[in-house]
Amino acid sequence: MKSQSSTLKKPTSFFTWLIRRQIFIPIAALLLLALFNLIADPSFFKITLGYNSAGNPVLSGYLITILDYGSELAILAIGMTLVTAASGGQDISVGAAIAISGSVVLRVLCGTDSRPETLHAPIIVAFLISCVVAMLFGAFNGALVAFFKIQPMVATLILFTAGRSIAAWINNNELPIINEPSFGYFGGFIPGIPIPTPFFIAVACMIIVALALRFTNLGLYSQAVGVNNKSSRLNGLDPEWIKFLTFVILGLCVAVAGFIKVSRLSSINYSVIAKDIEMDAILAVALGGNALSGGKFSMSASILGAYVIQFLTTTLYKFDVQSDALSAYKAVVVIILVVLSAPIVREKLSALFKRLKLRQPSKEGC
Amino acid sequence: MSLFGKSSAIGNRLRDKSQNITDTNLLLIITIVVFFIMYIGAMLFLGKGFLKPQTLFNILNANAALIILSCGMSLVMITGGIDISVGGVTALVSMSCAVYLDYHNGNVFTAILLSIGIGLAFGLIQGFLIAYLDIQPFIVTLAGMFFARGMTTIVNTNPFNVQNKEFVALKETRIIVPGLGSTNKAGNYVDAYVEIGVIVALIVVAVLFCLLKWTKLGRGFYAVGGNNQSALMLGVNVKRTKFYSYVICGLLAGIGGFVYFMHVGSGSASHASGAEMNAIASSIIGGTMLTGGVGNIIGTLFGVLSLSIIQNIVASVGLDQAWWTGITIAAMLCLFLVIQSVVMSRKNIAAFKPTAKKAALSKEQREK
Repeated sequence: MKSQSSTLKKPTSFFTWLIRRQIFIPIAALLLLALFNLIADPSFFKITLGYNSAGNPVLSGYLITILDYGSELAILAIGMTLVTAASGGQDISVGAAIAISGSVVLRVLCGTDSRPETLHAPIIVAFLISCVVAMLFGAFNGALVAFFKIQPMVATLILFTAGRSIAAWINNNELPIINEPSFGYFGGFIPGIPIPTPFFIAVACMIIVALALRFTNLGLYSQAVGVNNKSSRLNGLDPEWIKFLTFVILGLCVAVAGFIKVSRLSSINYSVIAKDIEMDAILAVALGGNALSGGKFSMSASILGAYVIQFLTTTLYKFDVQSDALSAYKAVVVIILVVLSAPIVREKLSALFKRLKLRQPSKEGC
Repeated sequence: MSLFGKSSAIGNRLRDKSQNITDTNLLLIITIVVFFIMYIGAMLFLGKGFLKPQTLFNILNANAALIILSCGMSLVMITGGIDISVGGVTALVSMSCAVYLDYHNGNVFTAILLSIGIGLAFGLIQGFLIAYLDIQPFIVTLAGMFFARGMTTIVNTNPFNVQNKEFVALKETRIIVPGLGSTNKAGNYVDAYVEIGVIVALIVVAVLFCLLKWTKLGRGFYAVGGNNQSALMLGVNVKRTKFYSYVICGLLAGIGGFVYFMHVGSGSASHASGAEMNAIASSIIGGTMLTGGVGNIIGTLFGVLSLSIIQNIVASVGLDQAWWTGITIAAMLCLFLVIQSVVMSRKNIAAFKPTAKKAALSKEQREK
């Protein structure tokens, strides 16, 4: 379809240029949702500055909630985009892996005591250990996909089943609670700064990824492997190693997201934490206009997609949709998205548009 | 890769005739052997319960629904796809039937029709999207799964037991297996029994076995899974065959949902959580290849049995915390996936190396 449009060589206006850009899809979705909320209830956009229980200034409002809770999703979307691009499949074990890494953080901080008075280790050590563990699990997934050639979604199904069980096992099925207030800063507010911390963490991750994509070949190589495994091999790349690497990077993203999730509650609930987040992460990648079958990707579109998903979730919550029923609505959105992005449907649609365009001048002639 | 896969599949079939063992049979034999080793091992080392025939029947009773779901899953996997919505459909069916029976005073027959209808609807829509619009099966059925789970809570939030008299009578029906009873702790003789669901499951297994073995459609499933392109050239309607596989899978999910409902007798949003996972695991353990084209319904039956035997063993060894079940299933799945991967690579190497020898061999066979 792309070659067709380029051969036509029409004078392109700004609007058509925008439509061709991949980031157009999430922006359009965002505008649509914003418009809907504006009509339904303008107070959606109200932001107020208040004080929380500790007496620190905090911003509150639906938009802040979106920025706050969309951050983990954006971080996951970064890793998921890379995995999708390189392996042409998605990792469905991220929710379970978040449970594991969160459990590890608490285990290191609390030791064997489930209600510790003081922390058993510095927070940074706990975070680093959870990073290592999450990367190991990522490496496990990556090894199955890259070296044993198992479809990514099926390979990650293993961790998807076992993950929450392993998480419970790490902490002996206890639910430790941390009383240390500084641990809560990472998922809440740092005293004196009214913007939620997860947003800063997400921005930091985005900057790191942007630098990595700019100054290393990570992006190019993972796209090459995704577009054509064989030819990238013939060009001297090592497709297996690159696939493996993307899964390890996703592991790192999972650790960061898991850390934020645990910090929010200062506790953990193995069966509920990050529930259905794999669906949201995949949805973010799809909404970003990236092909779910691998190949080219746009990182910024994915990240924006993640925030759009959170926008949708928050909107649904606002209209009193039950949290368990949310998935039904999101599933409908996914189906609409994938149907619209299916090559066959696209061809039909473009043929339809062409026919309309051809018909219009003839009418004018009459 | 698919091209090489085709030639190797054909080559293997020809070569394996002389060795009398195909990949399908090899994986099937591994599964059956593993099952018997585990069962006999449990009988020898754990004794007690495993010596009673009723233990085996109880496993069947508890897993009748899973057997039906796994059969559908195997069918889809043979065509090279996957369907992870079956667990969600099961939950939706049991909740809808429960609400219909208790709140609307429905009768059981209509409830059965309702469950089949829900299953078929899922199968039709998913099948259309996957076969005719060429969308990745995993994405479609993942959405289907979330949709079904979400719908379950929309239909009714709170779990409840069904009191409908007709249904309870059906649920309590026991079919006595003659001659296999045992004496219980009090010393009374108790007949061995199975539930209606088991009969349904066995009928489904038999029907699907015949379908896959002796009908044109059944052979078409293997052809499509083995190689899309060559199946198309052989005159198989690839899209329609794929479509049918999802429709049948959806139908079986509906039936399986009702059987599950008959076993538990209640509606709940958390019913059959992870059933899709267990179904995939049993199909894989039963020797169905994820890449398609290889699989056997009998293997799937043994896959389900192996899976539940290992759960029983884990429980009776004393590791009864909830998490062990998840971990053992995952470990077992991982093991069998690796076995498959090794078998596949062996097949690919075989396709590349003795090309000349094989060509000569296949020529010989053709002449025979």
